[in-house]
Amino acid sequence: MRAPRLIVGTDLAKVADVAAAIERHGERYVTRIFTPSEIAYCREAPHLEAERFAARFAAKEAAAKVLRPDGAWPDWRSIEIRRQPGGWCDIVLHGIAAERAEAAGVVSMSVSMSHDGEYAIAVVTAELNEHFGGTT
Amino acid sequence: MTTSERIRQILRDHGRLAADAGTLGEDSDLYQAGLTSHASVTLMLALEDAFEIEFPERMLRRRTFESVAAIRDAVAELTSSPGLKAVS
Repeated sequence: MRAPRLIVGTDLAKVADVAAAIERHGERYVTRIFTPSEIAYCREAPHLEAERFAARFAAKEAAAKVLRPDGAWPDWRSIEIRRQPGGWCDIVLHGIAAERAEAAGVVSMSVSMSHDGEYAIAVVTAELNEHFGGTT
Repeated sequence: MTTSERIRQILRDHGRLAADAGTLGEDSDLYQAGLTSHASVTLMLALEDAFEIEFPERMLRRRTFESVAAIRDAVAELTSSPGLKAVS
């Protein structure tokens, strides 16, 4: 008998590395990694810009680990972190990431992010449907 | 400066490796040497700037950046394909 299974991924990002990348590569870095809505949110609070970008980069990497891309990096913008009015965040997948999730049997994903000083961290979980879950 | 030497210089500046990029073998695993996922992104952007190329989606794979030799091969492929060069 097969049962639903949960997969977890995590990633830690150094805020200073993200700030340095923004400083060195500017908009090319930002627009290569982040969607317009992510950029808009991160820039709402200029003093927290690098922390917010770092948390979202960690979330995208954590999601990529969950999707197990077999060595390929999904377009980072195909994994979007969307902040909800209540303050929590959801993951919205587009394009290649959405296709990969469907192929992997992912039925839902959750994300949690945090940042404090030098580091930002994210944890992503994915629930697989019964055809892709483990045996009981 | 050879392509490999330029790549090693870019690795020193952007790779944030635990080891000196100058002492790594051509086939040494850069991820084992400390290349993180975020450093892979900044390395890619720096390589694009230095060689006036753009990595297409099909090359955005872990193995493209796994060693100096792998990066050199990718750069050689992109610099020999005029249609893939960035237009400045």
